Amino acid sequence: MTIQSAPLNLTINGNNASIRSHPGKRLSDVLREELGLRGTKVGCDAGDCGACTVLVDGKPVCACLTPVAQVCGSSISTVEGLSATHLDRLQQSFLRHGAAQCGICTPGMLMAATALLDENSDPTRAEVEKALSGVLCRCTGYQKIIAAVCNVNNVEDGPGMPAAGKATGARIERLDGLPKVAGSEIFGADYWPVDALSVRVIRSPFHFASFAFGDLDAFVAETPGVDAAFTASDIPGKNTFGVIPPFADQPALAEGHARFLGEAVALIAGDKDVLAAFDPSTFPIVWKQETENLDPIAAQEDQAKPVHSERVGNVLITGHVKTGDHEAALAEAAHVVQGETTTSFVEHAYIEPEAGCAWMDGTTVVVQACTQAPYMDRDDTAAILGLEAEKVRIIPAAAGGGFGSKLDVSIQPLLGLVTLKTGKPCRIVYTRQESMASTTKRHPAQMRATIGADKNGNVVGMDFDGDFDTGAYASWGPTVATRVPVHASGPYNTPSYRAKARAVHTNGPVCGAFRGFAVPQAAIMQETLYDELAEQCGIDRLAFRQINALQDGDLSVCGQKMHGAGIRECLDELETHWKKALAEADAFNVSSSIKRRGVGVASCWYGCGNTALPNSSTIRLGITADGKIRLHQGATDIGQGANTVITQICADSLGLPIGQFELIGPDTGLSPDCGKTSASRQTYVTGKAAELAGRELRQQILRLSNMGADALISLTDGELVIADGKSTHKIALVELEPNEYGYVLCAEETYDPPTMPLDENGQGKPYAVYGYGAQIAEVEVDLKLGTVKVINIVAAHDLGRVINPLLAEGQIEGGIAQGLGMALMEEYMPGRTENLHDYLIPTIGDMPTVNSIFVEKPDPEGPMGAKGLGEHVLIPTAPAILNAIRHASGAKVTKLPALPHRVLAAIRAAEASK
Amino acid sequence: MQLQYFRPDDLDSAIDWLSENNACVAAGCTDLLAATTDQKLSGPVLDLTAIGDLRGISEDERGWRFGATTTWTDVIEADLPPAFDSLKLAAREVGSIQIQNSGTLAGNLCNASPAADSVPCWLTLKAEIELKSSGGVRRLPLLSFITGPRETALQSGEIVTAILVPQSAAEGISSYLKLGARKYLVISIAMVAVRLLVDSELVSEAAISVGSCNAVATRLSEAEAFLEGKRLSKETIEQIPDGMLTDVLQPIDDLRSDAAYRRVAAGELVRRCIGSLIAGEAVAV
Repeated sequence: MTIQSAPLNLTINGNNASIRSHPGKRLSDVLREELGLRGTKVGCDAGDCGACTVLVDGKPVCACLTPVAQVCGSSISTVEGLSATHLDRLQQSFLRHGAAQCGICTPGMLMAATALLDENSDPTRAEVEKALSGVLCRCTGYQKIIAAVCNVNNVEDGPGMPAAGKATGARIERLDGLPKVAGSEIFGADYWPVDALSVRVIRSPFHFASFAFGDLDAFVAETPGVDAAFTASDIPGKNTFGVIPPFADQPALAEGHARFLGEAVALIAGDKDVLAAFDPSTFPIVWKQETENLDPIAAQEDQAKPVHSERVGNVLITGHVKTGDHEAALAEAAHVVQGETTTSFVEHAYIEPEAGCAWMDGTTVVVQACTQAPYMDRDDTAAILGLEAEKVRIIPAAAGGGFGSKLDVSIQPLLGLVTLKTGKPCRIVYTRQESMASTTKRHPAQMRATIGADKNGNVVGMDFDGDFDTGAYASWGPTVATRVPVHASGPYNTPSYRAKARAVHTNGPVCGAFRGFAVPQAAIMQETLYDELAEQCGIDRLAFRQINALQDGDLSVCGQKMHGAGIRECLDELETHWKKALAEADAFNVSSSIKRRGVGVASCWYGCGNTALPNSSTIRLGITADGKIRLHQGATDIGQGANTVITQICADSLGLPIGQFELIGPDTGLSPDCGKTSASRQTYVTGKAAELAGRELRQQILRLSNMGADALISLTDGELVIADGKSTHKIALVELEPNEYGYVLCAEETYDPPTMPLDENGQGKPYAVYGYGAQIAEVEVDLKLGTVKVINIVAAHDLGRVINPLLAEGQIEGGIAQGLGMALMEEYMPGRTENLHDYLIPTIGDMPTVNSIFVEKPDPEGPMGAKGLGEHVLIPTAPAILNAIRHASGAKVTKLPALPHRVLAAIRAAEASK
Repeated sequence: MQLQYFRPDDLDSAIDWLSENNACVAAGCTDLLAATTDQKLSGPVLDLTAIGDLRGISEDERGWRFGATTTWTDVIEADLPPAFDSLKLAAREVGSIQIQNSGTLAGNLCNASPAADSVPCWLTLKAEIELKSSGGVRRLPLLSFITGPRETALQSGEIVTAILVPQSAAEGISSYLKLGARKYLVISIAMVAVRLLVDSELVSEAAISVGSCNAVATRLSEAEAFLEGKRLSKETIEQIPDGMLTDVLQPIDDLRSDAAYRRVAAGELVRRCIGSLIAGEAVAV
């Protein structure tokens, strides 16, 4: 039979559908674009991520690799079919176990698990791992997904919605979880206005090149399906953006010069199918390739060509902290260790490539896209478009992962430009390749350090020096250069200290924020040297860290007097696990010569919020005349759980049950600025603003009712009831006058962490609150192949106060997965690994078991005593693994990731030096 | 407009159409669609997946016939003699379960990646490739079919119809090991397939091949000869000179590994893969 443009008949979730698409079209595209079944997600269009998994006659396939013609006559099942009427058991189990964080992989996971459960109703962990092994998750570390599938037959009821005053500390399901497990969440690619133009970006194929355009008008006129083309000359405002205004240097569309491979130089807008098939090499542009500089050391040499003419020597900024006399301390130290470590570009590899849409609302440009920083997006986009900030509205779509890279604008000004210029709505969905090529990375680091201790094992001095490749534009390079010297000591007493970190321009990809802002790299340097130093001192490696741990009243390397310092408590919690793991490794190694086990430990500390700079959050909380309580929760929830945690804090400080809260999201048209989701600041900073707003609203209610501070408040049927056991007071809300936001009672509170600027030696109070943690890694190393299997990780983290244990565990497990990837497999190479099969992130089979231990040492500054957690959890993992590899095999791996060939070379080097 | 997408249910129609159209021949599409950012297969396409005769595994007195569009899942689920254990193990390593459900045996060969998971297995099975065109049928030994990285002897108008394994190669025991930098969904750093005929503990015939260490996977004929006539034991395996395992390898440095490591690792994998046949069980790497 010849398939012409005849209708194709499909059976989807038991329903028949007739479509007229190209028979060779990807099933994923047909489902999403033609049938509106957008629960099926697309993460790579290459079968690498499995997000698009659907069932064809009960068997999982990647919808992105399935031509629709091949499934005519088959029965197709998608996530929408699981919950036609109500959530099925598996979806409930995902919700209850916290198996969905951002939710972008959830439909694929659910479908792969459904195929398994249809054949095996009570699978083992190993069977679940195998069945789900074709779907990547970047948020969860897979543990809760495995638990959700294994326990599907006995999903326990959750605690339900806690009573008033009982929300904090409750293990409640995420408040925004339902659409994530139902497949109905609206991510960046899941909504667009009717008749939206598609937009495609033309990018530099070179690391460094100048360019000139040909006749674009003729190109548009001659190319059917292409309606318009735009370049930098079309930008009405200032063609520059950057997350740190004094350093802003990145054009939305490059002007004459492209400084990195993948940089945007032009846009075309038109028909989606035409643009998808468009060959960018036919775009009228003439390139003149120039000699690129990809080495951050060579870039600093005198003859090196500046990436930016005004930044001679290519050093963007140098961060510096100094206290005491480190040279004298190291000269006098009884034991001194010295080392160098190099790390690679690390890609965020969220499963959702950047996507969004834009439209005009009167004279306002509205952009709906995935983001971590809506107000920063608004201000940057407005400046580029030459508009007042209020003339741009950012509606954050659900973010399918972020981890720092969705802090910088990507698609927002591009969408805004096309809509502003054409007056028409438009949409864009990055391919996996362009997402990886064009957005930020973790800074590769070349670090050197020397650490000394006295004969009792007390660290006396440290010298740290690091070059951090910040790539072609500044992005968060200044933050990295500032944060690293503040943190490179680790959470340890270091009386004499000097640390320098340079952010250096190259023609590499732009390096920005990635979970930890380069503190993870510095921790690798310091924590691996600590192992060597402990050995020289003849002290157990954990005990060495306990001896040196910062305690309350101690001074940090910035001269800050510490309070709420929980690192010693974390290390103490690990002690029994440490001894057990060491004994087990020894026992295993007695009878195993090729595979050897080892144990490592490492710590973290991390200051929450901006470094010695303001970073406020504002929370608005209101009650309507008809008795609804609305929380304007402006902290973008990229999966980490801000929607839930902030509400838990607010509910308890107000004294109403969390179940009565309605959330208004971080839409710049609806909610005040809660800053960016970065720096582990949302639970602490926005949480504190929410606590203050809840408290203020409570005060208003108590004042209106003349009741004391201990009175209980309830809200029913448009009436507030305030009771203190002796008397009861009622407030009829309808009788109160609504304010400009429509609330009859309303509180709006702002919180900004009290920090102090750092002086020329980095002395001051860079952060008001720190979080702490320590992790043990148990690994097995194959001495002949250099392969490493991480068996177990015990993670003790000081959260000050655990707001939600379920979500906190999810953060720990997910951070460990990313730390493991950084340690063992993740190495981005521009132009070579712009996909998810050459760039490797951990699969479900690479994860160890994880044992999370919460330490609660309250910080007097944090809401309910809480500290941040999101970035802390990643920091100790890689050094703990590296220390375990060395313990197992003697291998000192100094170039990350520890791929098998590097580990084997290090094993051989260790054997040779014996 | 007639779309240039032809999905016949019989082979003759397919071959006739292909003789008149310079078309892309598609099966599971797990490589074809992965290689484009377009949302569809472009140009004229001949889709073989509706042709029932091309899918399935059968045996006659001459040997085994694996239809071109047989999927990896079909192989995993098939009842096959132990000589094909290596192929089954390789099938479980192809991409993911999702890929194994769609990807086909012939597609993996036509894609001709130096890291194609199945090629070392087919080499130990002395596989031949059956090709049909309007001009007739021809059979090529596997290494005459895959001529280089991403290069095959497939001619215009020609379709791979089957992979053929002679009865003589369907005997013995076999195993397979793949080494990558993560557990699942991984392109190999090196991989090894071994098939042995063992008679009274003595190796009467050995077939060993290594993938991802040459432009096309290769047999280790010296090591095979070394084993033949010797007792299958740990001692014998240790006695295989390193050079017999690695001299014919021409690995490259790439993002997954350096060449020196590939050489060492491949040698170690060969020893382990043979060793796994002593106990009769595969060992994981």
